[in-house]
Amino acid sequence: MARIVGIDLGTTNSLVAYMKDGQPCIIPDRHGRTMVPSVVAVTDNGLIVGDSAKEHLTRNPERTVYSVKRFMGKGLADVQNELAYFPYSLTETDGVIRIRLGQKSYSPPQISAMILKELKLRAEAYLGESITKAVITVPAYFNDSQRQATKDAGLIAGLEVLRIINEPTAASLAYGLQKNTQGTIAVYDFGGGTLDISILKLKDGIFEVLATNGDTHLGGDDVDRVLVDLFIAEIREREGIDLSGYPDHIQAVRLEAERAKIRLSDELKTDIAIELPEDKGCFTRELTRDQFESLATSVIERTLTPCRMAIKDAGLTTKDIDEVVLVGGSTRMPLVRQRVEALFGKPPHCHLNPDEVVALGAAVQADILSGGTTDMLLLDVTPLSLGIETMGGVMSSLIRRNTTIPASAKEMFTTYVDGQTGVDIHILQGERELVKDNRSLARFRLKVPPLPAGVPRIEVTFLIDANGILNVTATDMRTGQSQSIEVKPSYGLSDQEVERMIEDSFKFAAEDIGARKLIEARLDAESLFKTTDKSLAEAGHLVAREETEAIRTALSQLSTAKDGTDPRAIRGRMAELEQAAKHLNTVMLDDSLKKGLQGKKVSEVS
Amino acid sequence: MVRTMPILLMDNDQPSSHSDPRRQLQMARSMCWHCQSEVTGEYFCERCVKVQPVSKETDYFTCLGFPRRLTLDVQKLEARFYELSRTFHPDFYQRKSTAEQTISLSNAAVLNTAYRTLRDPIQRAEYLLALETGSVKNIRTSPPADLFEEILELQDTLEEYRASDHGSDQGHRLRTTLLTEQEALERRKEELESQLRRLFADWDKLQDAGETTSSARAERDKILKQMRDLLSHRTYVNNIVSDLAATIA
Ligand SMILES: Nc1ncnc2c1ncn2[C@@H]1O[C@H](COP(=O)(O)OP(=O)(O)OP(=O)(O)O)[C@@H](O)[C@H]1O
Ligand SMILES: [Mg+2]
Repeated sequence: MARIVGIDLGTTNSLVAYMKDGQPCIIPDRHGRTMVPSVVAVTDNGLIVGDSAKEHLTRNPERTVYSVKRFMGKGLADVQNELAYFPYSLTETDGVIRIRLGQKSYSPPQISAMILKELKLRAEAYLGESITKAVITVPAYFNDSQRQATKDAGLIAGLEVLRIINEPTAASLAYGLQKNTQGTIAVYDFGGGTLDISILKLKDGIFEVLATNGDTHLGGDDVDRVLVDLFIAEIREREGIDLSGYPDHIQAVRLEAERAKIRLSDELKTDIAIELPEDKGCFTRELTRDQFESLATSVIERTLTPCRMAIKDAGLTTKDIDEVVLVGGSTRMPLVRQRVEALFGKPPHCHLNPDEVVALGAAVQADILSGGTTDMLLLDVTPLSLGIETMGGVMSSLIRRNTTIPASAKEMFTTYVDGQTGVDIHILQGERELVKDNRSLARFRLKVPPLPAGVPRIEVTFLIDANGILNVTATDMRTGQSQSIEVKPSYGLSDQEVERMIEDSFKFAAEDIGARKLIEARLDAESLFKTTDKSLAEAGHLVAREETEAIRTALSQLSTAKDGTDPRAIRGRMAELEQAAKHLNTVMLDDSLKKGLQGKKVSEVS
Repeated sequence: MVRTMPILLMDNDQPSSHSDPRRQLQMARSMCWHCQSEVTGEYFCERCVKVQPVSKETDYFTCLGFPRRLTLDVQKLEARFYELSRTFHPDFYQRKSTAEQTISLSNAAVLNTAYRTLRDPIQRAEYLLALETGSVKNIRTSPPADLFEEILELQDTLEEYRASDHGSDQGHRLRTTLLTEQEALERRKEELESQLRRLFADWDKLQDAGETTSSARAERDKILKQMRDLLSHRTYVNNIVSDLAATIA
């Protein structure tokens, strides 16, 4: 069977992992970096993803997308109160958010697909084979629309998504594999954009989720915002500058806020410096950990309610939890650790790399699906109740939250008036009484034979598969015929639209590859430029003047080529520079060897 | 105006309405769906080794390999559930045919429902009652006769409390009354549950004896009737207690 990779598609960072000799490993890029920042930039030379796109956050804020996961499976109204934080413009078509970048609009699954493609390419380059199948993780508390959007992203990226798996449970697989623990564990996953808590029972290789809870809109981003709001307010007061007209500076504030937050995880105080627009100088201030924590505490406090609910739903008390496992970059905050420890009454386990453990777990699940690992089995649950709208605007639950999946339920429907030929089914997800307080997932119309009211018998089956995704079927019980139903998602792309996006993505693939070659050539040119420049400064005196002249010429030619758009020209100039600097490099090497040998005894050299 | 919102045919107040076996298990078995030979193995065709759909007639007790008893070893039930999960879970059918994947998915869903139902003593009893009396209707909740007056009064107090200013003297007084009521009802619930447990033991004993005399049948019907009443009272009291707890929390 073709290899299946495991992917952690994060709000801030994404990773890809695979199983090697029974152990999951992260696939690094050629510089050894494991994380791909979940950032996509549309430049004049095409799309770029990851580290190089991150540079465009301040350079090109309107055309650089970050934290796109917050928009997956959402409508514009869902994110109304945070629009001000995003420099790019958002609209909505057919219930799906669209992100306008330059001349084109993209749906969140399309942007996510670009990140997935980057990971796919990375895996293909590393493993030297084509990768077409993946397990992708989602926050446990993702609803059906958000899961479906993630699956669509995979399809658009040219990946067959064999399984959608929950992030905290993925983490538990990696944890269980390492630790071989038995007992009850709580996984607290606090990342860039989401919070999840899952309570699991580990026994003889079975990972049974007892309950899960969370908030798909609560993460490190929200902690950053507390600081962003503070700095922007202070800049307005102290410097009299309203930054709202300067999206690039707002991004700079956001990035500085995040860096400061990260520094304060290790230090007790830190200096903030933010460059102001129009040469107004620099805004500086000191921020202590105490100050930071008193601002962040309300956000951290919000993470504890889902924890309490999950413990309660599992029918347990904190005393029953044997181990608390921390996952996600935001759990590096000392305040988070303190609050979690206080809640559970025991110090959390934080020896796993919180950035990597989810992707590692996805690789383990991929191995289970391909038949490699056979002793482990994950029994997950559906995070939210599922039901339908009944007369009077009330939600009637068919499958309760925390039900082990796969799960099914059936309901028999009939008509209200004579001769009625259709029944409208409105599928909902959530815990509230009234329809309007729950999430609308989809609608469809059941065809019924025109009969007196109450006579037709239509059985509708709801089946939640192992991905946590709902499938609906309907049967006319009088004729035994099954009915094909066209489900219209409330907040999702239609099948036709996904098809079109897949086609588009193939069409643009050629362009993308061109852009990619250019970007890679530029990056390589940049690093060659820097090292040669450095050698010249350090060892230029060791070679003839003509030689240094030649190297300088080659350097400036490479620099010009680098600003152009032809990757072949860049590679050509690089080759010329390498040639010109060859002798210099040899001389340098000899020189350093000689220096290294001095002061060493002869017996040490051999 | 044509009302096109659905009418549910089944009473939908309780999750147990979905665990009715006759609606849950839809596929029949006896002949292998794949090679048409007679299936003798438990879950797999012995000839072609294909997984078989859980039969329509299989109730949750049979599905998990337990006798129809109301006291059961939860540890053993869990072990059995894990074992069967390893047999049916879709994770292990990824490389199999679509037909096998469909069967695995539906079997796993039935297994999960079966385990969820039998794990909880109350749901277990409600399910057994439905099986034994062949009733598809839910057990209607009803207040114990002697509590009727008390509960009417309690509803009034609850209303009054909801409308009152919780900080006021009256609010405090009402709250204290409600707290006392809550405690009393909790005790009543526990009482009902211990009565139920005794009845469960009676049922199991009668089943173990396995007599088919008419007096045994009468005894059986009597137990089932009592059980139905107790379950319905217990659910009623339980609903009120949670309502109370939610209001004064
Ligand atoms: N040392 C640190 N101290 C505080 N926060 C940190 C630290 N390191 C990383 N973070 C924060 O962790 C977040 C990213 O974590 P992570 O990579 O786990 O998220 P993600 O997986 O991309 O997001 P999600 O799981 O929510 O989709 C960011 O908000 C980042 O600022
Ligand atoms: Mg994460």
